[in-house]
Amino acid sequence: MFADNPALLGLATIVIGVGACLGYFFFSNVVLDKIIFPASGPNAGRNINRANMVRPWLFLFPALFALLLYLAYPVFETLRLSLTDRDQGGAFVGFANYSQMMAEPKFWEAVRNNMLWLIVVPAVSTAFGLLVAQLTDRIRWGNLAKSLIFMPMAISFVGASVIFKLIYDTRPEDQNQIGILNAVWLKFDGGIGSVLMLQVLPSMLLIGFIVIVASVAWSFARGIIAKGEDKSVWLLPLRLLVAGGALWLIWVSVGSLIGLWIGELPYGEAQTWLTVPMWNNFFLMVVLIWIQTGFAMVILSAALRGIPEETVEAAIIDGANPFQIFFKIKVPQIMGTIVVVWTTITLTVLKVFDIVFAMTNGQWETQVLANYMYDKLFRANDWGVGSASAIVIMLLVTPILVWNVYNARKEMR
Amino acid sequence: MATIAGKKSGLVWAVHISVVFLVLLWLFPTIGLFVSSFRTADQISSSGWWAALFESEQNEVYRAADPDDNRVADGDMFVVTGNIFEGEPREIRAWGISSRNVSAFQPGETAEMKDGENVTLDADGNYVWRGNDKQLSGRGQRIFITATVPPEFTFDNYRTILFSGSGQDNMAKAFFNTLTVTIPATIIPIVVAAFAAYALAWMEFPGRALLIAAVVGLLVVPLQLALIPLLRLHLGIGIGKGYLGVWLAHTAFGMPLAVYLLRNYMVGLPRDIIENAKVDGATDFQIFTRIILPLSFPALASFAIFQFLWTWNDLLVAKVFLIDATGSTTVMTNQIVELLGTRGGNWEILATAAFVSIAVPLAVFFAMQRYLVRGLLAGSVK
Repeated sequence: MFADNPALLGLATIVIGVGACLGYFFFSNVVLDKIIFPASGPNAGRNINRANMVRPWLFLFPALFALLLYLAYPVFETLRLSLTDRDQGGAFVGFANYSQMMAEPKFWEAVRNNMLWLIVVPAVSTAFGLLVAQLTDRIRWGNLAKSLIFMPMAISFVGASVIFKLIYDTRPEDQNQIGILNAVWLKFDGGIGSVLMLQVLPSMLLIGFIVIVASVAWSFARGIIAKGEDKSVWLLPLRLLVAGGALWLIWVSVGSLIGLWIGELPYGEAQTWLTVPMWNNFFLMVVLIWIQTGFAMVILSAALRGIPEETVEAAIIDGANPFQIFFKIKVPQIMGTIVVVWTTITLTVLKVFDIVFAMTNGQWETQVLANYMYDKLFRANDWGVGSASAIVIMLLVTPILVWNVYNARKEMR
Repeated sequence: MATIAGKKSGLVWAVHISVVFLVLLWLFPTIGLFVSSFRTADQISSSGWWAALFESEQNEVYRAADPDDNRVADGDMFVVTGNIFEGEPREIRAWGISSRNVSAFQPGETAEMKDGENVTLDADGNYVWRGNDKQLSGRGQRIFITATVPPEFTFDNYRTILFSGSGQDNMAKAFFNTLTVTIPATIIPIVVAAFAAYALAWMEFPGRALLIAAVVGLLVVPLQLALIPLLRLHLGIGIGKGYLGVWLAHTAFGMPLAVYLLRNYMVGLPRDIIENAKVDGATDFQIFTRIILPLSFPALASFAIFQFLWTWNDLLVAKVFLIDATGSTTVMTNQIVELLGTRGGNWEILATAAFVSIAVPLAVFFAMQRYLVRGLLAGSVK
């Protein structure tokens, strides 16, 4: 009867769990001080010292145990599983799972989409977050505005998926459109307004994007050829990576730019947005951007507040306009925080699963790695390939892991 | 000076307007769902939710009263009078008597039909239908009206989802299941992590720096890696799929952030207090429970909110470690995903279900936003 009622079970778990934790900490200390190393008798001094050497480990043990068993061990176990085959009784098969995975088009689709997510979501969220943080910095109702933009943080990915599915909803031609996107889309009729809004404006945004990417790529790539730059071994792969990624991005953008003008836009027809190849990825990304912008805003807003007032005042006296102050004085000073925000959102993106799972489940070329992995593990029951794709996610996370540990250690010194 | 001031106020206005725009843009999706959850299925499928906030025009068909029972002689003609609205008045914009032209007449006008038959309808819905013996027989005359309907909202969807719905449409069980997952999974990691954080912050022992670095590293390990090995472990040691498994999993997955946040906070507490207590003969256990825990309340609250939001909103961990084939332990996120599959077009059900699951985290969010922000600022690795 007791175990049948989950609420009672939950309550009992809280009492037992918390009680057991406190009891463990209390009694293990008592045992240590009174029985193993009593602070009396001939060896009192030595015992106290010994007890104090053991005590930290008593405090740490449950947390360490959980960390090792639930986070550290699975990394190695997954690595092992990715090199074995379940159907052959767990025999070692080398990289067979990996090569099988590489041969699947769905995997490459997931990789390509993940790369797009990795670039677009952190970039747009950080940019919007920075914009909102700056705009709300000095206005009186800024805190209210911030808390409203921050609100989606509390909404689950699944809830957000439902919210955005309603936005992207499609009804048959003869009915009223109840999704706002289609309702707006049907207002465009191919006239001059449509050309301005749907071709000229996006083209300008794309061209701006290409220019920004090209300049970033150039500033990274210059170091490879230029003399006198820091030519450390560490930076070369990074530079090549960024330059390569940028070239690919420019290629994609130019392609979309041409497509924008060549392609016939289906005016007057309600679209099923989540099935339009390539674009549906962006419709899914919007959900995550909507959620993550609040996070970026909160952190960047605090960073903006932390900028010394004198630097801004000096710039004003020197005659800088608000845009110069923002881009040349403020942004460089919070660059460190921007990087932190960027990497944190990158981590979220790498693990994104719920949104794709709930909205398209990877159909219509929207697969991403985390959902691909879930698919392999729990639908295809292929642990080998599933683990291999999990390892791919782990590899993508590793640079950030190393960077974080490096920074944390630097800070502690 | 005047020009500078003028420019400045222009810029200030631009800032205000863009912030208003951004806030509305960010609120718009949520409001859409919120409004939809108070509309009936018919309303949702006939117009966009944004139309629900205003008066809407609706075409309706009514029938005059049965002439055989209600007609009254008037000279050599007969008359049927009455009101087309039975207790539910509308404001009539226009009306008609043929489905081909439903808004042919203004209220108060008379519609002439063949051979002297006519209908008059006033703005209140009172009609006079006049005709000869043959015309006023059989069924009542059809009257089409175009009426403006005030915004109308209903709590029926919430009643269905929370109480009366059957099977998948009822979220009550999933709601309690979610609570059952969330509360222990929020409280237990706090206790465990607080002790560890104290040790990492205030106790000297070899390997401490290494452990802290390891915690920072584990912060970013994707939990996807843990799914299969741990599921195998749980099945192997007999926990299987169930609450115990999901509590353990959430406790462990929240541990790095908990230890990291709490340790960073505890390290900033004044050293004097702790050393004084030591001099006075307090043991580490006493220092921890009497001094550190009460002082660390803000950090504990921050982490509690994080963990609460994370466990409440989680789908993946629940799917892997909790929900078995019977589905009796389903959580809200999972039920919503299933509803998306089976009831994809029934927005009144979906919107309400989603809003029920969103409401609790939103309430927590607005009540304890201060701690959430503080936790975010402390939690992002600098």
